[in-house]
Amino acid sequence: MQHTLSVLVENSPGVLARVAGLFSRRGFNIESLAVGPTEQEDRSRITLRVDASQHSIDQVIKQLYKLINVLKVNEMTADDAIERELMIVRVAAQPNERADLIRLAEVFSARVTDVGPTSLMFECVEHPDKLHAFEEILKPYGIKELVRTGRVAMRKSVPERTRGARMRVLA
Amino acid sequence: MSATNPVPATPNQPIPARRTGVMTGAEAVIRSLEAEGVEICWGIPGGAILPLYDAWAHVEHTVRHILVRHEQGAGHMAQGYARATGKVGVCMGTSGPGATNLVTPVADAFLDSTPLVVITGQVPTHLIGSDAFQEADTTGIFMPITKHSYLVTDAADIPRVMKEAFHIARTGRPGPVLVDIPKDIANASLDFVYPDTVDLPGYKPTRSGHPLQVQAAAEAIAKARRPVLYVGGGVLNAHAEEQLAEFAEAVQIPVVTTLMAKGAFPDSHPLCIGLPGMHGSKFANWAMNRTDLLVTIGARFDDRVTGKLEAFAPGARVIHMDIDPAEISKNRHADIPIVGELQQILPALTKAYLELRTQDRIASKREWKDQVEEWRFKHPFRYRRVGPLKTQFVMERFRDLLADRDVIWTTGVGQHQMWAAQWLKVEKPRHFITSGGLGTMGFGVPAAIGAQMAYPDKVVVNIDGDGCFQMTMQELATAVSYDVPAIHAVLNNGWLGMVRQWQQLFHGERYSETLLRNDLPDYVKLAESFGALGLRAETEEEVDRVIQEAVASRRPCVIDFRVDHEEKVYPMVPAGSASSEMIDEPWDNDWVEEGV
Repeated sequence: MQHTLSVLVENSPGVLARVAGLFSRRGFNIESLAVGPTEQEDRSRITLRVDASQHSIDQVIKQLYKLINVLKVNEMTADDAIERELMIVRVAAQPNERADLIRLAEVFSARVTDVGPTSLMFECVEHPDKLHAFEEILKPYGIKELVRTGRVAMRKSVPERTRGARMRVLA
Repeated sequence: MSATNPVPATPNQPIPARRTGVMTGAEAVIRSLEAEGVEICWGIPGGAILPLYDAWAHVEHTVRHILVRHEQGAGHMAQGYARATGKVGVCMGTSGPGATNLVTPVADAFLDSTPLVVITGQVPTHLIGSDAFQEADTTGIFMPITKHSYLVTDAADIPRVMKEAFHIARTGRPGPVLVDIPKDIANASLDFVYPDTVDLPGYKPTRSGHPLQVQAAAEAIAKARRPVLYVGGGVLNAHAEEQLAEFAEAVQIPVVTTLMAKGAFPDSHPLCIGLPGMHGSKFANWAMNRTDLLVTIGARFDDRVTGKLEAFAPGARVIHMDIDPAEISKNRHADIPIVGELQQILPALTKAYLELRTQDRIASKREWKDQVEEWRFKHPFRYRRVGPLKTQFVMERFRDLLADRDVIWTTGVGQHQMWAAQWLKVEKPRHFITSGGLGTMGFGVPAAIGAQMAYPDKVVVNIDGDGCFQMTMQELATAVSYDVPAIHAVLNNGWLGMVRQWQQLFHGERYSETLLRNDLPDYVKLAESFGALGLRAETEEEVDRVIQEAVASRRPCVIDFRVDHEEKVYPMVPAGSASSEMIDEPWDNDWVEEGV
């Protein structure tokens, strides 16, 4: 089963290696990983997508907490969090195909970011499932290059009283 | 030849001690060690760590340095010291090979939760990443085998890093912490003030167990009919042996002590049923198999204890007390987890239990105690005293001859280690020091030296194998240099005995690459060449004499016990089998009674 973990860490040297190393050492596969700064200068957030059973994910969270630089681990579910990912894709496009592709892109809220003689480049920020759907639609045209950032997630604002039930935070 | 203490060369006049003020990074490391109350550390100098060693000889300070012969020895000596005293062990090495030689003891300390601070030199910061001479990615290599690691990139960080390193190493679940210091950082200057506190927002070990969980555990124990205490090394790390004894006295149920916990509860106590697992007793394994409540105290359901996990303690509910939340339900689901310090949990649990204790509930457990007692009487550890000298006999003689002495035992890893665990009686905590989790052959010699340096007046005996001894025997030079009189008893069967046992039992007697020869080296001459005492016993008649001579000599000593190579450790739970399914030699009870 897929899980999204949001890991708040101190900005210290090697922290990403520690987190990533823990996953490989304990035999867990990381499907995607995104790292970036947060609202606090000395904190970063690592968002991981992991394939593991519930027992294993509990163990991963506990092991993450044993890392000195890890401050908080939240497990997010599709219900309680907004999940987004950026994809940039270059698609083969002859001049007569451009209009079709641009119309398709609008459906997926993708923007044209570069136009070449025989290709178009799109950027799209969406839920990862929707990015996947967009990719499938583009495939018949010929995808020349594709890059994704890995998903990031943020908890929706929900009343305090229900938050505990909706979100699993192991402290 | 008599051993002498070498006088350290001090070419310069010592600089007066300064606890604060402007100083080099190297001196700041030494001042930090002083501030932490470090008495001894073990190591070997080299290029990248030269500034630290220069300061060592140059400034006046109170920390003793022991020059070893291989960094692995330094690490295991620090472990032996830490395990004997409960304090943080400190060892040092240079960059590259110095650091990689420390990998084994650090991994060992990590698996056995031993507090260590490991200081390594590193190439200067401007050379890091350039494949410089003796450069290795030390923090990268040590990341998965340390509790935490630091690469110091600013000399001003040294006091904080050292303070944090000792704090992390000794608190919570103890473990090794690495501090890697580049050469230019050791030479740079800083204004040294050792901090009083640490600020680690991501590190806050749970201290007291949850009161509701403690109450639930007390109720479960009160109601259980066949409970067993399953005690691990965590009790020793928590210094909670007294609290354990009070708890065990209150509940009056059998106490299983794992290899790591040997001595945490007195072996001679009527409730102690000792070693479980792969080479544990039948009564301990049967008690674990039949129990209805496993009261787990600082143990971690290691595969050498549980055997096949699905078949382990099949009818039992589990109470699991541990300082490390990640151990809860890692291998075996815990019905009642209690996370916190055993020194706080155990008295609370004892108190809660005593309030629930009734005569009925005591009586209901008596039958179970009697059952375990009957198993113990009918199925003790045993061996046949026929043919060549048996290791078990040597263990019995060590046990009996030194019964009145204060002995710290260390071991290597293998058959002799299991026989030591089966046959020696250890009555006090931190008096049996062995490599449990990592199973490091070669642990015994340096661990004994480290323990003896912590307690110069105790008798320290390293029960070792010939294969193990050869892995770290160069440290005899350290022992002789510093006059460390630990006794190294080599149970010499000329084979890698435990591997041979597996080959015999499970691999069709194909003895692939396990023959060492018992006359290579000549251990007596080897000991003498180091300036140590060398003794040999080949028959039962000679055993008492060599043990007594070794103990009386108060010199570093090697005893070559020429023992039977055919002898196997029994009982045995084959790897992957249920722990109740032990194999053993056929025993005839008449034979036991006749005492042949």
